Amino acid sequence: MTDTTAARAFVRREMLPPQAPPPSQTGAIRWLRENLFSGPLNTVLTILGLSATAWIVIHLYPWLAHSVWNANSLSECRQIIQATWGEDATGACWAVIRERWPQFLFGFYPSHLYGRALLALVLLFAALAPVLFAGLPRRMLWLSAAYPALGYWLLWGGSFWYPAMLMAGFAVAALAWRALSARGALVAMPAAVAAALVWWFWLAGPVTAGLDAALPLAIEAVRSDKFGGFILAVTIGVAAISLSLPLGIMLALGRKSDMFLVKALSVCFIEFIRGVPLITLLFVASLLLNYFLPPGSNFDIILRVVIMVTIFAAAYIAEVIRGGLAALPRGQYEAADSLGLTYWQAQQLIILPQALKISIPGIVSTFIGLFKDTTLVVFVGLLDPLKGITDAVRATIEWKGIYWEPYIFVGAIFFAFNFGMSRYSMYLERKLKRDHR
Amino acid sequence: MSIADEAPKPAFRLSMLIYDTRYRSLTIQVVVFLLVMAGAAWLIDNTARNLQALGKDFNFGFLWNRAGYDISQRLVEYTNDSTHGRAMLVGLLNTLLVAFLGCIAATVLGVFIGVLRLSPNWLAARLMTVYVEVFRNVPLLLWILMIYAVFTEVMPPPNAFRPNAEGVTAAQMVLGDSVAFTNRYTAIPDPLFSRSLGNIDLGIFLVSVDLLAILAVLTGSWWVNRRLLRHATAVQEATGLRPVTWWKSLLIWLVPLAVLKVALGFHLGYPELKGFNFTGGINVSNSFVALWLALSLYTGAFIAEIVRAGILAISRGQTEAAYALGLRPGRTMSLVILPQALRVIVPPLISQYLNLTKNSSLAIAVGYLDLRGTLGGITLNQTGRELEAILLMMLIYLALSLAISGVMNIYNASVRLKER
Repeated sequence: MTDTTAARAFVRREMLPPQAPPPSQTGAIRWLRENLFSGPLNTVLTILGLSATAWIVIHLYPWLAHSVWNANSLSECRQIIQATWGEDATGACWAVIRERWPQFLFGFYPSHLYGRALLALVLLFAALAPVLFAGLPRRMLWLSAAYPALGYWLLWGGSFWYPAMLMAGFAVAALAWRALSARGALVAMPAAVAAALVWWFWLAGPVTAGLDAALPLAIEAVRSDKFGGFILAVTIGVAAISLSLPLGIMLALGRKSDMFLVKALSVCFIEFIRGVPLITLLFVASLLLNYFLPPGSNFDIILRVVIMVTIFAAAYIAEVIRGGLAALPRGQYEAADSLGLTYWQAQQLIILPQALKISIPGIVSTFIGLFKDTTLVVFVGLLDPLKGITDAVRATIEWKGIYWEPYIFVGAIFFAFNFGMSRYSMYLERKLKRDHR
Repeated sequence: MSIADEAPKPAFRLSMLIYDTRYRSLTIQVVVFLLVMAGAAWLIDNTARNLQALGKDFNFGFLWNRAGYDISQRLVEYTNDSTHGRAMLVGLLNTLLVAFLGCIAATVLGVFIGVLRLSPNWLAARLMTVYVEVFRNVPLLLWILMIYAVFTEVMPPPNAFRPNAEGVTAAQMVLGDSVAFTNRYTAIPDPLFSRSLGNIDLGIFLVSVDLLAILAVLTGSWWVNRRLLRHATAVQEATGLRPVTWWKSLLIWLVPLAVLKVALGFHLGYPELKGFNFTGGINVSNSFVALWLALSLYTGAFIAEIVRAGILAISRGQTEAAYALGLRPGRTMSLVILPQALRVIVPPLISQYLNLTKNSSLAIAVGYLDLRGTLGGITLNQTGRELEAILLMMLIYLALSLAISGVMNIYNASVRLKER
């Protein structure tokens, strides 16, 4: 053994320093090889992707680069483009947005009242903030509770007391509930509903009239047909979103109910609404509601549309929440029962918090769909930002024949709203996640 | 010590209807029933009184009156002398056509994009992400209007395809001079049969026997091919060796079709510019093409997300196990991943198909006369029968939705995990 050791001429005693990896395995080249050219198929895909991107950029860039922001009409735009970049040049004419943006935002809302509509919008975000972000002071929720009356008053004008007294019906119901809740829910619930109904049908009118006489808080009224553009889309969207969630929860619970009749009614309602296009429901709102309501009664078209969009979205939300309810393990229901909780306590404390958490992505995508569907109101004669307003703009002599710029502008705003909503849902999911942290 | 052999039965009291959980649900249901009945009675009473006040009645007789309007795109015979009922049928078939073609295109597009979004290729995945986000977050109406505007504003008029004095044409036909995009319609080749078998009159509309023959041959090929594959599987299970079948399958599919093609004298009629318009082919209105493209692109983005979620739902271990068994990537996909992913994919896919069908009612934005455009549009306006027209339209859409979800649920049941 020893002589073999002695026979060796050289034994390395220290470690060699590691060599740098070959250049094809480092940095950008490695990244390119792994992510773009890892095989024949990938290489083809990369080349196709690059050429598609290049094609889009080559065709779109000159058009965007030749944008004109200051002009009074499309023909003026074209003149400027041709004067600056040559005869064959094409370019975007963003001047239409610059000149007509109030119409895209407010429709035919009286221009001296834009401030009011903007205030309503700003207050809307302030009212939404505490609902969306739990970190904000809870006192702001009072603004959220008061917003329906406040927002209505700012947008439609008229007497402040009218929406305020409508809202007061809920306060009356809450008071009745609080006064009688010691007697048990079975007494307090009908009493609260009855109190609210009595208030709305018999008391609210005289009280409003009295308050109007004592303290007139009226501002200039705006009719519904003046609404248009994004103020209309946001009004319908926000109202329908906030109303459809509770309705959807009730429908989902009804569908899971043990009571045959309640279940059957919920199933019929949900399946019927999901089986027909929204556009037909909007038709019902605009054409058939006059048949279904007592002769002579007529109410606001925006309100009708909100009702229809609400029940449409509620049916979809009910299905999403049903999925969430079905995903809960049976043990959760049994545990709630064994603790002696009543049905509503169990739903409120155990079932719904978990089921709703599971359903967040589905609920938010339903909301996104709802907000996109607000554009369909154009088919019942309302001026939505997408078709109603762009058609109105195109109908003027200055902007006849302008297509892409208004569509891109409106599409970008919709994208911003909806993308924001989907990001918020991801944030909420992360925040509420309770496992695998 | 005596044992109580039965629990004392308390006498029934009225208050138990509310306070006893055994009876409470009954009470609630009775109250709900009464409220619903009262509501329905109220609505019907209102409707009856309103109809009386307007001097209208509720009947569907108008469906047999002369319609008096033209429908440019129709799958069955229709003139403006036909009835409103027939116009409704034309509209319904137009709805079905765009929905059917839209579902196929959206599925192909969605699977393609969904798989590409998961590809290791960085660029392809990013591009597809952008596509999905852009299409999902912008209203469908915008895509319909925009694509329609591309066709009507950017495409050349038909006479631009005519050579001018110097022999230069301003616009070119594509795909070997077979397709022409113009600002009014898209001219495509027309499938023709020189030895046609004629039509069968079903009373309501004519059915081409040629089409039936093609369908019969395809069904026959499918059946024979299935027999062949089953036989191959049986041989494989008995001997362990799978006989080579691919060329037999190919023959089974292609030979009967080729024979039929010769027998019927199938050829394509290519569109040609004669006078101011293209003739010889089929001129598909741009409203249809725009609607179809927009529906497919929009729904395709949603289907892509469904496909992606379905593939991601299959755990990595399944792939690894398949590789450990020695399956090649292609077989892994077709034998292990896809059958499991389909279970996750199919239910949301059904609702996307339903959405596409319902969204086809946006055809009104581009003037494509579907069910909503005929029955719920022109017929409604001409006859003034809103109640009947809208209720009938809703019923048809409802039946359509239930039929689609019924068929797809049967398919869903066939791919579902067989639990025993």
